Amino acid sequence: MTSTLTPVQKRSALTKGQLPKWAPYAVLAVALVLAAAVLALIGFNVFGWGIVSAILFAVGLVGWSAAVEGSRRAKDKLATCLVVGAFLIALLPLVSVIWTVLVNGLPGLMNSGFLSTSMNGVTGVYDNKSVEEGAPVIGGIFHALIGTLLITVSATIISVPVGLMSAIYLVEYGEDRPVARAITFFVDVMTGIPSIVAGLFAAAFFFIIVGPGTKTGAVAAVALSVLMIPVVVRSSEEMLKIVPNELREAAYALGVRKWRTILKVVIPTAISGIASGVTLAIARVIGETAPILVTAGFATSINYNVFSGWMASLPTFIYTQILNPTSPSNPDPSAQRAWGAALVLIILVMLLNLGARLVARMFAPKTGR
Amino acid sequence: MTTTSATKSRGAGRAGDQVFSAATLAAGCLILAVLFGVALFLVIQAIPALTASPDKIQGGEGFFAYIWPIVIGTLIAAAIAIVIATPVAIGVALFISHFAPRKLASGLGYVVDLLAAIPSVVYGAWGATVLAKEISPAYNWLSDNMGWLPIFQGPASATGKTILTAGIVLAVMVLPIVTSLTREIFLQTPKLHEEAALALGATRWEMIRMAVFPFGRPGIISAVMLGLGRALGETMAVALVLSSGALTASLIKSGNQTIAAEIALNFPEASGLKVSTLIAAGLVLFVITLAVNMVARGIINRHKEFSGAN
Repeated sequence: MTSTLTPVQKRSALTKGQLPKWAPYAVLAVALVLAAAVLALIGFNVFGWGIVSAILFAVGLVGWSAAVEGSRRAKDKLATCLVVGAFLIALLPLVSVIWTVLVNGLPGLMNSGFLSTSMNGVTGVYDNKSVEEGAPVIGGIFHALIGTLLITVSATIISVPVGLMSAIYLVEYGEDRPVARAITFFVDVMTGIPSIVAGLFAAAFFFIIVGPGTKTGAVAAVALSVLMIPVVVRSSEEMLKIVPNELREAAYALGVRKWRTILKVVIPTAISGIASGVTLAIARVIGETAPILVTAGFATSINYNVFSGWMASLPTFIYTQILNPTSPSNPDPSAQRAWGAALVLIILVMLLNLGARLVARMFAPKTGR
Repeated sequence: MTTTSATKSRGAGRAGDQVFSAATLAAGCLILAVLFGVALFLVIQAIPALTASPDKIQGGEGFFAYIWPIVIGTLIAAAIAIVIATPVAIGVALFISHFAPRKLASGLGYVVDLLAAIPSVVYGAWGATVLAKEISPAYNWLSDNMGWLPIFQGPASATGKTILTAGIVLAVMVLPIVTSLTREIFLQTPKLHEEAALALGATRWEMIRMAVFPFGRPGIISAVMLGLGRALGETMAVALVLSSGALTASLIKSGNQTIAAEIALNFPEASGLKVSTLIAAGLVLFVITLAVNMVARGIINRHKEFSGAN
């Protein structure tokens, strides 16, 4: 708003008592230089430089603003600094986690046979050898990949029909009946069940039905469905609710039965949202560790049968490799395998999230607009 | 059309209708049965631990002597997580909803959702290998300079695997949940309230204090409670990060334990009465998180008309 009419008077009356537009940049530059100078005295590191210059920047800008603009605007500046600071702080762990996984995971992933071999027969002896003599790290995650895939698919097969049917009941039949209200309430409660309690439930259930100590992929699938069903119900419910009532009424007016209307009109309209909700639910449970740990144990060899024997999965593989390295004296090869598996797991989850978006776009009903 | 054929066709169609609606009702009731089953089976399996003679339980002094230190540990870890995560989450939510340029805002929302998508075991591994190492000098400093406070009493753990580190990792994990809930609430502040405040000459911060916070307060509280529920039940961060031990007041020594981590660490090898003890511990955790979540849902429902946080 600098006036162009009178070049002599650079600042109009409207912007008097305000900091110039370049003020934040100037303060930032000064803060960076000062912080570098201060840290040069006590030992320089990038992290400390960022922190000190952020504090100097906030103090400088707020102080200047208080002197020129008064306390109200200074408070506004302080709040802005704090809010932006909070955002930057929140980014730190994200960047650190992704960087750690990439740096540590890529060497593991590049290993030949990492994706196609299991840990069957891989003992500490080989790990010691690879550390001492530089032999390549052997052992892979094939068994864990198979386990994760089978357990997640089984959980999906259980939860999608139950979740989708319940959502249909809530939206199409429930109205405001006590049963519908109870289901809504308890689905909310289920969303908050700690994952390990879901695992314990499945374990306790199968201990009573089949026999103590039953640990198979199927038990893990039941545990994961307990976590997955509420997510599927909530997202499908939201999607069914936004199907316009006119579509249903048009179908009824043509004499179509209610169940045919739901199957042929309502669900196809909402299918994109439902499918992406299901994909997100899968992405949520595929990384769950605790329920699988207490229900399927951890295996080192390939197991294709969900109904018998312990089963490995990617999260439990990471957990056991970090906590109990294959060779306790040389944990590095185990850590390398764990990070490789973590990278694979994160890629899987990201692909699922991306897939959810694509699915939503692909199945979206074609609108006139 | 004769009446007989009309009733006939109606009969055929009605069968389909009835089967379908019964199937949907059955699916809904199955959910209720499962939740009921969770409580029932946990209780059945937990009873041996509750009725066994005290000297047979781990520790030798009965179930309650066994459970209360880890309940306190669970509460400490969750409290640390919430104390750290709440201000940061509100800041991030405000940044995305009111401070960031409009074009950036939705992209930033995705970044926060990305944080939520990373599996908990990866956070745990990161906390155990990276964060614990980086943060242990800070613990030494705390024990040297603020050791007179019981919570910072030294000597600090050399590995950095303490309850405070676990709490920080938990904070990182609940941050995206609290952020996305509060962001939704902030975005629903009536535009007219905001514009009215600005038109009266309020600065942006004053507008947020006068229009956004009063409107969103119940939503923020319930978002924090839901985050608390998650922090209480989170297993992997604590199981991997914390080197557990007896209950201690100091946050920077190794020690303390949480229910979820205790179960995860001991269940795979447990048998007999130990299984019952751990399942009873899980039942305690279930009750605590249930209470927290119900309070949160209660707050949301009471303010449903205007908070929009459902």
